[in-house]
Amino acid sequence: MNLLLLIIIPLLTAVAALLSRNKQQVRWISFAGAVAQLILSIILYCAFTKERAGGNEAEMLFEQNYALFPAWHINFHLGVDGISIAMILLTSFVVVAGVLVSWNIEKMTKEFYFLLILLSLGAYGFFISLDLFVLFFFLEIAVIPKYLLIGIWGSGKKEYSANKLALMLMGGSALVLVGILGLYFSSGHSFDLLSLSKIKIAEDTQRIVFPLLFVGFGVFTAIFPLHTWVPDGHSSAPTAGSMFLAGISMKLGGYGCLRVAAYLMPEAAHQYSNIIIILSSIAILYGAFATMMQKDLKYINAYSSVSHCGFVLLGIGMLTTTAVTGAVMQMVSHGLMTALFFAVIGMIYDRTHTRQVSEMGGLMKVMPFISTVFFIVGLCSLGLPGLSGFVAEMTIFMGSWENASAFHRIATIAACMSIVVTAVYILRAIGQVAMGPIKKNQSQLRDATWNEKLAAIILVAGIIVIGIIPGWLNDLVRPAAEIIMNKIAGK
Amino acid sequence: MPNATLIALIPLLPLAGFLLLGLFGRKYFKKSSGIIGTILLLASTVLALYTAYEYFFVYGKVAGSYQEIIAFNYTWLEFSKGVSIDMGILLDPISVMMLVVVTFVSLMVHIYSLGYMKGEERFPTYYSFLALFTFSMLGLVISSNLFQIYIFWELVGVSSFLLIGYYYNKPSAVAACKKAFIVTRFADLGFLIGILILSYSSGTLDFNTMIDTLTSSGSTQAKAAASTFLGASALTWGAALVFIGGAGKSAMFPLHIWLPDAMEGPTPVSALIHAATMVVAGVFLVARLFPVFSITTPGVLEIVGWVGAVSAIIAAIIACTQTDIKRVLAYSTMSQIGFMMFALGVSGYGGEAGLGYTASMFHLFTHAMFKALLFLGAGAVIHYVHSNDMRDMGGLRKFMPITHITFLIACLAIAGIPPFAGFFSKEEILLAAYHNNTAIYYIALFTSGLTAFYMFRLYFSIFWNKTPSPPGEGRGEAHHSEGGFSMMMPLIVLAIGAIAAGFIPFGHFVTSDGTRLESHFDLQFSILPVALGLAGIFLAMWLYLKQNERPGKLTASVYGFYKTAYNKFYIDEIYLFITKKILFNLIGRPAAWFDRNVVDGMINFTGNTTAKVSEGIKKVQSGKVQSYAIYFLLGVIGLAVLFIYAWK
Repeated sequence: MNLLLLIIIPLLTAVAALLSRNKQQVRWISFAGAVAQLILSIILYCAFTKERAGGNEAEMLFEQNYALFPAWHINFHLGVDGISIAMILLTSFVVVAGVLVSWNIEKMTKEFYFLLILLSLGAYGFFISLDLFVLFFFLEIAVIPKYLLIGIWGSGKKEYSANKLALMLMGGSALVLVGILGLYFSSGHSFDLLSLSKIKIAEDTQRIVFPLLFVGFGVFTAIFPLHTWVPDGHSSAPTAGSMFLAGISMKLGGYGCLRVAAYLMPEAAHQYSNIIIILSSIAILYGAFATMMQKDLKYINAYSSVSHCGFVLLGIGMLTTTAVTGAVMQMVSHGLMTALFFAVIGMIYDRTHTRQVSEMGGLMKVMPFISTVFFIVGLCSLGLPGLSGFVAEMTIFMGSWENASAFHRIATIAACMSIVVTAVYILRAIGQVAMGPIKKNQSQLRDATWNEKLAAIILVAGIIVIGIIPGWLNDLVRPAAEIIMNKIAGK
Repeated sequence: MPNATLIALIPLLPLAGFLLLGLFGRKYFKKSSGIIGTILLLASTVLALYTAYEYFFVYGKVAGSYQEIIAFNYTWLEFSKGVSIDMGILLDPISVMMLVVVTFVSLMVHIYSLGYMKGEERFPTYYSFLALFTFSMLGLVISSNLFQIYIFWELVGVSSFLLIGYYYNKPSAVAACKKAFIVTRFADLGFLIGILILSYSSGTLDFNTMIDTLTSSGSTQAKAAASTFLGASALTWGAALVFIGGAGKSAMFPLHIWLPDAMEGPTPVSALIHAATMVVAGVFLVARLFPVFSITTPGVLEIVGWVGAVSAIIAAIIACTQTDIKRVLAYSTMSQIGFMMFALGVSGYGGEAGLGYTASMFHLFTHAMFKALLFLGAGAVIHYVHSNDMRDMGGLRKFMPITHITFLIACLAIAGIPPFAGFFSKEEILLAAYHNNTAIYYIALFTSGLTAFYMFRLYFSIFWNKTPSPPGEGRGEAHHSEGGFSMMMPLIVLAIGAIAAGFIPFGHFVTSDGTRLESHFDLQFSILPVALGLAGIFLAMWLYLKQNERPGKLTASVYGFYKTAYNKFYIDEIYLFITKKILFNLIGRPAAWFDRNVVDGMINFTGNTTAKVSEGIKKVQSGKVQSYAIYFLLGVIGLAVLFIYAWK
């Protein structure tokens, strides 16, 4: 399995999209490219499990290493473990769905698809890089298209939102860059993740560099209180933009926090874990309560993303294998779920031309398919068993509870409380939008088209597969999480 | 040994029905979905009865006591060694009994709905939800793992939500289904934390291992008991929190507020979910973990008893004042579940002391029969009258003979009149209470008198009281009959159950420790409850047999109390205050405001300040070489000073 394919295929797709003659061609090229990514990621998963089943215990599989700038020790070093595979799978699912829901974009179609594919390229590159410099490079590739996506194809106060999002994420990446350079200079000039993980970085350095990296990546994952780009960014972004933003970009942060910050600096991870736990517990509850008062569907999902992403950081902060496994599962689950949520919101908006909850009602009657998907995604969000959210959250709870101190207990209970608040805001939204008496001007709306249906079905399938048979995801992620945790535990 | 495939099919057939009807029903099975669902469930019921026969009479008993058999186990999600969520089938007397109850009542409701829901636009959806519920409930009762029960627990919750909200265009139905889900979710939060505590203390999620670990006085328990919080051991907290989950589902005071509203769902649904099966899940949960409650945390068991008793009496009082017949039945359900709950609360573990346990399960069984019958009968009445209000009814015995007779049987059963089913189970409960907790015994005695009163108030108001307007007038031609075969057949079958179920020697089959318990009826002991029951009936007859002034006078004489009870003791208002005023206005709104204005304000402030500062220093870049030279010189001097003096 050649990991370079993960970069080459999106690259070829993006180029082909640019060279295409008309909108129809762009759509089909992008769709074909996205499907190729999906197939590729599934093949990668199969190859990975086969390799592991064959007894290959190496930390990273399918490694490739090319010298890029030998003078600065920058290598194009690629490799994957279970966590990366999980994120790659997530990305490929979201990309296909994102391409499908954007089918009717008429304004600058070519450029739109080009940026979408470029974004996915950045995400793949990020997830497979084992060299911090290359990783950072791909992180930036994943940020910049978003500015354009919102600024050009967005709605509402899009310039403000695009600026805010880009500045905050760029600020985050600046911290990351400083952190990476700090690691580079304090470790004897290495960007290589695997070799960095083998040397012990001085605790003084860790104490300074860890917060830089964690906060820097944390901005992507909406760490409290640097989460405010989320509501504004999402509310202005076009549907696919929101899907990519919440489904993929926010996961870059969680992955970075885990793979770079916590993994390379175990002592600092211990020292700062309490702060992480406090911030993430706040984000979980506070985000949930703030969601309760939102009236705009996109704001509802944006704030609930803050709450749900809090679980990712909580799982990482708890520093147990189970909790970290849960955190990764939550990334996958939330990625699929929130992408679907935004897709559905987009579909509803396209028809009703409003996102205000109070201006809708009884859509179940006219749009049974869309409303059913809305139900499913809502139920996933509130953690219904059989859907992915439940699996991830319960794994985090079980893992958190392994810490016996009162502090950890209280934080866990606080996080558990969010399941009630989530139920409140989700049912409010569902009850108002899908149920209740139908609004007069909405009685003639049409249900989903084929592309929307396909997009929804792909994401729903992902949610249900994880929800009903979570074992495979657990088996995929847990060994990788165990390696990270063993290092942090000093074993 | 049990055949795991056949047992697994019991829940899987309804699941297949759910998928089939849910995905393709609207297109392909518009008319036939009811029949498909019913046939699948019939197969499940047959399998459940077969399993029950095999368990109770062939392989279940080893050396004189019924065994807990794990027929199937699959590790669904592993957390660490020994701690995993398993999907399994646990066969023991209560799970086998519940298999029979759930499939049987569900089958009756399926058949009944063929007539009752005929012509509904979303007929296939209705049957798919019904199948989903049945699947979840069956999965719940055969759970072998504490987390497995939680999973199905949530699934029955959502099926209940979907069915209450079946008439989704009705705002009251939407409000009711949301309320039901959120209140039970709140209780489930307790359940979840309880699970975390118990699993941590016992190092497992598997029921059998957990019960063994927690009830043996080994080192694990000592360790768990040692860690205390607010003066109670971790295990006590765990058990109490799990009970909160059970109390929410079983509509125990003060988490009962969702149940009366849940009557917004179609009546057959109320019969199945909110009377016979789902609401007893809490009782089942306590029974499932009974050894832990009884041996390890007797204090919690006492709470269980008191919560049950208080719920029983409060619900009975409220039931006396309601005029919506489904609400009367809802409160009566709550009251009867209170009976089951406190029966567990006054029970001990093993041998003669375990009478309460047996009685509770017995009552669960008989209650399923007569309460489902009551609801289905009420459904027939509502179908006929097109109103839920008993003031719109009266004299219906002439037009609905089958409904009338079966309803009467059910009323006699719930009132505890021999030889109907409720008599036997209630006697056992009272007996258990009498021996263990006198205060609860007297509460129960009074409540059973009240039960007879409010049930017969209902009965006389529907079938006697005023002379009815002739049928057909203003009601359309379609409602001349009381319902076709599909509606009457379940009534008759359940009526037979309500008569005969009491004669099952329950103590031979279902006991706390699996050994045989001889039930002994004490005629002297029975006189008082039966007399009270009869008194209640005669009082109801005196007040409601014919239209008269007495009920009005009676309510006027105790008006304050009547009004309080009529308004359900204002518990809903208290909740409304807490949620609206405190959660929304005191937490939610400030959080949202704080986020937009303070947190985001800071971010924007940073951004704006940066912009202003750069605006200011942009003048520095004037393009004049002279000034650059000065800046350069100043910089060099500054650095030089720094290096010379400030560095070390």
